[in-house]
Parts: sequence; structure tokens; C-alpha cells
Amino acid sequence: MARADEDPQAPVSARTVMSEDDIARALRRIAHEIVEHNKGTSDLVVLGIPTRGVELAHRLARLLHEVEGSAVAVGSLDITMHRDDLRHQPTRGPLPTRIPTGGVDGKIVVLVDDVLYSGRTIRAALDALSDLGRPRAVRLAVLVDRGHRELPIRADHVGKNLPTSHSERVRVRLRGVDADSEGVTIAPGQTRAGRPSEASR
Amino acid sequence: MRRHLLSSADLSRDDIAMLLATAAEMHDIQRRDVKKLPTLRGRTIINLFFEDSTRTRSSFEIAGKWMSADTINITGKGSSTSKGESLRDTVLTITAMAVDALVIRHMASGACHQVAGWVDASVINAGDGTHEHPTQALLDAYTMAQRLGDLQGRHVAIVGDLTHSRVFRSNVITLGRLGARVTVVAPPTLMPSGIGSWAVADGFATSGNLDEVIASGPDAVMMLRVQRERMSGGFFPTAREYTVGYGLTRERLRALTAANGEAVICHPGPMNRGLEISPEAADAASSLILDQVSAGVAVRMAVLYHLLAGEEVAA
Repeated sequence: MARADEDPQAPVSARTVMSEDDIARALRRIAHEIVEHNKGTSDLVVLGIPTRGVELAHRLARLLHEVEGSAVAVGSLDITMHRDDLRHQPTRGPLPTRIPTGGVDGKIVVLVDDVLYSGRTIRAALDALSDLGRPRAVRLAVLVDRGHRELPIRADHVGKNLPTSHSERVRVRLRGVDADSEGVTIAPGQTRAGRPSEASR
Repeated sequence: MRRHLLSSADLSRDDIAMLLATAAEMHDIQRRDVKKLPTLRGRTIINLFFEDSTRTRSSFEIAGKWMSADTINITGKGSSTSKGESLRDTVLTITAMAVDALVIRHMASGACHQVAGWVDASVINAGDGTHEHPTQALLDAYTMAQRLGDLQGRHVAIVGDLTHSRVFRSNVITLGRLGARVTVVAPPTLMPSGIGSWAVADGFATSGNLDEVIASGPDAVMMLRVQRERMSGGFFPTAREYTVGYGLTRERLRALTAANGEAVICHPGPMNRGLEISPEAADAASSLILDQVSAGVAVRMAVLYHLLAGEEVAA
């Protein structure tokens, strides 16, 4: 989960791995996969993980609506209070959790995030979700899977599998969140010093 | 934010905004079936209360428990203090048990500042004498902002026993930082001495005439409790006379509604119904008194989160 507090200048050597059109195509494919897998959109609740997961969740919900013709419940699920690394970084304020009316009990919840990396964000999201109710099933859709899992977690729907090394930095930029640029870039990076595990990259 | 919360002056406008935003998210949790977050798991919070309290102590306890901290209540009565142990020895004894935070209410102004100098734990002021009560000011600001929106430029009247009120002292600071215009109203005997220069420094106005202030149509009227337990001697002739001059009576409630239909009423509690506030005002639709209690838990969760959740501060 990329946050808005990052260095806004992309490194000069950053390489674009997904363009705006690539992102749109990947989301459209994921929408079709979800519809096929779920045999429609009934009981679907799409929950984005702030910040960029929420934007992706709303786009996905719009695409699901286009594909199946019925509105899909969409919301956001903040994981700040469930992180396992709270003691290792400065305190951040929580971001909004907005659960659609109707809740998550008995629903098929699709969690949406931008980058799947260690899997710790998703672990926290599953914990947060269990406090809100008991979904019938939980699935995971991510725009980029960059590998290096630290927990037994996998995504059901992946926009792009991106082999990376630990030191590389993957950055997702989305219109509506990041001013007027959109795309996924990868840069040979210095990992941020002193962070044992970047739970959210 | 710093390690302790001793005075409302410790909080910048940005700190207040962050705490109120966090409190809004915490408030949602009160509406859930499962009111529990793992955030402060393994942390120990001691509520050390040397003065009576219902809402502050229980809301700190609930706030800690909902965030999975272990909270323990110690009251002055029934602790070793009643055997003659000094405050310093009491807090050093408690912190020797490796606690992470001390929430302290004490009858002496400045007691929390003293304690903060003795211990490594975070110290949160839950009311010290007639000095300050910063979490009350935060929850008052939160409750008013929930109803009124941004408090920038809003007019808040704080009425009653100013001399003995720590709530008023914290509120003028917090409301001032949020850009609200504050007028404090009290009879001359309950107006703190030297308030003139203080009002200039903190940017609030003073008045001795409640009817005039109400006629000006404030956005919020905060009534303070007449603290008889702190009064020795005659601050006003009779209770009836106080009510006539400075109580939010049925007539004044009507005048307030006429002057500003959107005006809200607050009271930090406990109320002396019939003395500083009439039952009609306390139970009016514009009364936020129970909302204040409800907000108390959310605001204290936000305070505990921001003081205790983050990385260890090098001492």
C-alpha cells in the first residue's frame, strides 16, 4: 500500500512497467475474472485499502457495474490500527474505513490493494475485516504482485506479476490520488534505512 | 506529539486536528458489534484518580480496553495514599511495575507536571486541581465540531464558575487554537483575578452579563458546574440568586434559540440541574451533553493511540 507521504520526485532511472492504458486493461480483465469466478456480482462487496487501493476499488466497482449492469457495493478498509509494525515507526493517523450499508456478513468481499509485497498489509486487513463481520469468502485483487511474501498469502486476481529484488522500489501513481500522472514505475532503490520490513510496499 | 499530555498548550493546531480526525474514526468503532482493536496490545495503563470521577475515569478505562491495553484503576481512597504515602512514592511504586501510561487526576494544580518529571511512563492529565483538563477540551471541541463543522470563527460562550474550572482553562486554549472566538461569563466573585491580561494573551473576551452574551447569538454555550466542594466562603448569596444571574434558565434558552437557531448547549458534567442549567436546557434538542460523553471515549482512544502506539521515544 503506497502512501501519499512519499518523495514526490520519481528517481531519474525509474522504468515504467505499466502505462495508464495497461492499468485500465488490467482492471478490466480483473473485473471479468471476478464476474466469471463469482458467476455474477450478487453479494459482492469491494473494499479498497487506503490510499490507492480505495481508488482502484472504485474503478473496479464501476467496471463490474458496466460488465454486469448492476451496482456493486464499494467501500474502504483501513488497517492502520491493525499493523504489526506500529512500534517501529512514527504514529500515523488512521485513514477512513467506510463499510457499505449491508455490511460484510455473508458477503463475498474483494479486498483491493495496489502492490502486494510482504503480505503483512493483507494480514492486517483480514484481522480488521473479522472485527466487522463474517464474510462468506474473502478474495484479494492487486494491481501489482512484486513477490517476496513473508506470510502465506496469495492474490486471486493480479494485474501484473512483477519480478523484483528487495532493493527495488515499485511506485504506483493513480489519477485522482497523485495529481495528474498515472502509471507503475520500478526503480533501483535504496531501501529506506532502518526499516526491518516494509510491511506495505 | 510529545510523550505526555499535561496541558492543552502542549497541542499545536495540527496536533488537535490530527487527534480530532483520529477520534472521528474511533467513534465509528462504538457503533460496531466488536468494539476491539489490537492496537495497544501489551501496553499497561494505570488510571490514578485522587478525586471522584464517573465519566473521565470510565471513559479512559473503556478507551484503553477497546484498544486492547490492560487498564487498571487506582483511587486515592483505598490506596496506600490514605496510609500517608506521598504522591511521589505512590507513582514510583506503580511505575516500578513497568506501566506504559499514567492517567492522573489530582486535587493539586500542577500535580501531573510533577509526576511527569519523576517517571518514564507517559503521563496524561485527567484534571489537576483548578489548572487543566486537556482531554475534556478536546472532546468539547470534537462534539461542537461534529454539530457545527469547522470551529474557525465560531463564537463560544463559557459560563459559570470560572475560578474553580480547569475545563474552562483548557477550553480557552484549545478553542483558541482552532480559531474559535471565546467569551467567558461569570459573576465578579467567580471571575479569576488577573483575567484581563490573560484574556489579552489568549485572545478571549470576558463579560459579566449573560443576557447580553446570549442576545449576541453565540454558536455554542458551555455551562460550567458550580464547584461547591472547592468553595469556602460566600461566592454568591444564594443558589437562587446565582440561577437568576448566571443560570441557563428556560427564559434564557428561549432567548438563545431566538438569537441563533443553530446554537448548541454543552456541559462537562456532572450537572447541578436547577442551579447552573435548567432541565429544559439540559434535555433540549440543542443540548450536546450526552454526545460529549459519547465522544469522550473516542477522543481518549485517539489520545492513547497517538501517545502510546508509535515507536519508542528515546528518553
